[in-house]
Amino acid sequence: MDEVNVLNETPKKGGQIKFLIGGALIIAAIVLLIFTNTKAGAQYFLTVDELIDRQDEMMGKEVRISGAVLGDSIDYNTDTLVLHFSVAHVPGDNKDIEAAGGLAFVLHQAVNDPSLNRIPVEYVGVMPDLLRDEAQAIMTGKMGDDGVFYAEELLLKCPTKYEEAVPEQSS
Amino acid sequence: MISNLGFGALIIAFIVSLYGIVTAILGQRKNNFQLVESARSAMQLTFPLITITAISIIILLVRGNYEVQYVYNVTSNAMPTYLKITALWGGQSGSLVFWAWLMSAFATAVTLRKWDRDRDLLPWVIVVSLITLAFFLIMIIGFENPFRRFWFSADGQEMVAMFQPAGSQLITPQDGRGLNPLLRHPGMIIHPPMLYLGFVSFVIPFAFGMAALITGRKDDRWIRLTRRWTLVAWMFLSIGLVLGSRWAYDVLGWGGYWAWDPVENAAFMPWLTGTAFLHSVMIQEKRGLFKRWNVILIIMTYLLVILGTFLTRSGVLSSVHAFAQSAIGPLFFVFIAITMLVSIALLITRWGDLASEGQMTSLLSRESLFLINNLLFVGILAVVFWGTVYPLISELLTGQKVTVGPPFYERSTGPLFAGLLLLMGVAPLSAWGHSTWKTLGKAMWKPAIATLVVLIGMAIGGVRNPGAFLGLGLSAFVIFITLYEFWRGMRARHKRSGENYLEALIKLAGRNRRRYGGYIIHLSVVLMAIGILGIEVFQTETQAKLAQGESVSLGGYTVMYKSLAEFDVNDGRNVARAVVDVYKDGKYLGELNPRRDYYYDSQQPMTIPGVRSTLEDDLYIILVNWEQISSRGATFKIFHNPLINWLWIGGIVLILGSFIAAWPDAEKEVPVAVSNKRKNQKTQTAASTD
Repeated sequence: MDEVNVLNETPKKGGQIKFLIGGALIIAAIVLLIFTNTKAGAQYFLTVDELIDRQDEMMGKEVRISGAVLGDSIDYNTDTLVLHFSVAHVPGDNKDIEAAGGLAFVLHQAVNDPSLNRIPVEYVGVMPDLLRDEAQAIMTGKMGDDGVFYAEELLLKCPTKYEEAVPEQSS
Repeated sequence: MISNLGFGALIIAFIVSLYGIVTAILGQRKNNFQLVESARSAMQLTFPLITITAISIIILLVRGNYEVQYVYNVTSNAMPTYLKITALWGGQSGSLVFWAWLMSAFATAVTLRKWDRDRDLLPWVIVVSLITLAFFLIMIIGFENPFRRFWFSADGQEMVAMFQPAGSQLITPQDGRGLNPLLRHPGMIIHPPMLYLGFVSFVIPFAFGMAALITGRKDDRWIRLTRRWTLVAWMFLSIGLVLGSRWAYDVLGWGGYWAWDPVENAAFMPWLTGTAFLHSVMIQEKRGLFKRWNVILIIMTYLLVILGTFLTRSGVLSSVHAFAQSAIGPLFFVFIAITMLVSIALLITRWGDLASEGQMTSLLSRESLFLINNLLFVGILAVVFWGTVYPLISELLTGQKVTVGPPFYERSTGPLFAGLLLLMGVAPLSAWGHSTWKTLGKAMWKPAIATLVVLIGMAIGGVRNPGAFLGLGLSAFVIFITLYEFWRGMRARHKRSGENYLEALIKLAGRNRRRYGGYIIHLSVVLMAIGILGIEVFQTETQAKLAQGESVSLGGYTVMYKSLAEFDVNDGRNVARAVVDVYKDGKYLGELNPRRDYYYDSQQPMTIPGVRSTLEDDLYIILVNWEQISSRGATFKIFHNPLINWLWIGGIVLILGSFIAAWPDAEKEVPVAVSNKRKNQKTQTAASTD
């Protein structure tokens, strides 16, 4: 990488070698850190359709999915903090969403179109304030054998009401 | 009327900016200083013009002119006036105006200084500042106009336009949507302006850096001139980041403070290069090294600032922060690309002029350790940048979107942050030019022993987590070394001058504000590190459904549920407020009131935790649910967050340290106390015109 050359201009023989080696070692360490952790920490970002298509392959793997929350399906047990709800398929690509009329519209359509794929979700924890009908849920978790998506992290977007700077809700 | 005034001022400001750019270049070409002066006046004229725009928006917001789309989107009747004013930066187009406003204010402040010594730099500083400003103005005018209004056209369509479409009528809604309740928090009100102040202030050193490149000046004048700008920019950016974390901690109710979301990363990245820059400019000042590197760092910082302002709004990356997307994406990438190409071309042209005046010889010298510091900061930047754009890269290469979560960032940056902590302890002890293990060891062994005592204490206290040992051990090491440095300086001065210790300490820091301010900033960063380690490593949580009189224990605390009340508040909220008693070791400590507010206007609930905050730990209670009729039982989620308060305390110490470091230094020590004072005043006034 360039930095070392930049920093050690006009090296004279001998004296600068140790800096080059030292710098190279640090850069190598950083590259190694990024490389190994990317491999270990990578999560597929899937749509509901993709997850269902590739269910066998994705079983037990940590993945990230997004979908439209079906308001009627929200069921929260306040004794155990177990939260159940279902999400319907929405396109994963921003361009597709914009082309289809914007996120709010796409979410509204998804919730009201029974022909779309849906996945039941289970999550344990505090029910986020933004969880409601036609919100977009972005979840990290694993698909179980029973066809339920067990979410470990649940983030929500509600574009219908607040177009501007809506913050995340996380658990 | 007001809309037209504000919009008109914006357009004039844009034209004036273009005029300023052209005249500055012409004046420089023809060596005609009158033209440059005219450009300077143009620069200064943008500020009152954009002020008119900003005040117009504020008037519309406060008066509740809901026919204006922006006003409709970010305010409502129920909001108090101060929130209506701060709604100026509550949405995208308003915050861009706010950005441009700050930018023009800062650039004006720069052009007001005396330029006698640096006449050659002036036109280029004006050009770079005005190009940045003009870019923002055209973005606002073309894509993000905050003055667009709702119209009902002749054929019955609702539309949004700046000027009245033929045959249409103005629609005036009775009430607006209002600012999202989650954003109605003091931290969230101050957080965006702080970030923007930081972002905008970094444009100034960039403008000077570019001016130095264009004129081919080899000295470090541009760095000296903008040193304070850089430090102040860095401070505001730091405050912005800390306030954002604080807001997340207070409002989002998950007991966390940072999620490595693209939006957060976008603000964090310029901070990283900015911090590296703050350190490496010192090497250029002292030793004449790293000239090219400093230029590269300030270019990167500027590009990251622009990227940070637009990235998440461009729709390229998906973030859980659902910022409104707009058409500004392509134009903004074009701007970044052009800036990058021009900067790099300039850098290459001047590459030979920017050769170092010497070279490094000792691995343990201050400059060498600073070099490692820079590599680590840039390494963290690489991690964060890689993680942020990885979904794009993976989709490009494999057609499959793959993201990396917080564990990626934590594992990759953890060792790098640990390295930085270690450097923070060692580097201040090393000397410029040459250091050896022997001299370093001599200065280090006492703090090292004190650190060992702390580590043994932790082990006896039952700590077993290796990360905690490493992190807290390094933190203790830096604290001891820094305090020891203060002590050594203070004692030496006390012996030499006979001043008492306190006086010696104050004068010591006063004589070398940059150095001791820097130490205080280091201490503040360590305090923040302790807070972060505390919550990351030691956080525990529990949840329980409690009937009245029942209790649950966590982290040595006992929480007893007493009662719950539901009532309406006249600002449009319904509040469910629980009363719980908190005990520790059987001793009553007081009551907490976790609550749930429901905002009628936006139909949104908001969870507000009850927090008992001490230097040792936070007890953080969330009201999850309650039985509405009987009010007998309620469910709580409780977090125990050790040491988290040090994160916020560190933020306050950081401000203090920055002020000390940015305050003008007295130039020389003068033996007599009286003349000392006078001299001080003189140099300060001299420096403040700097």
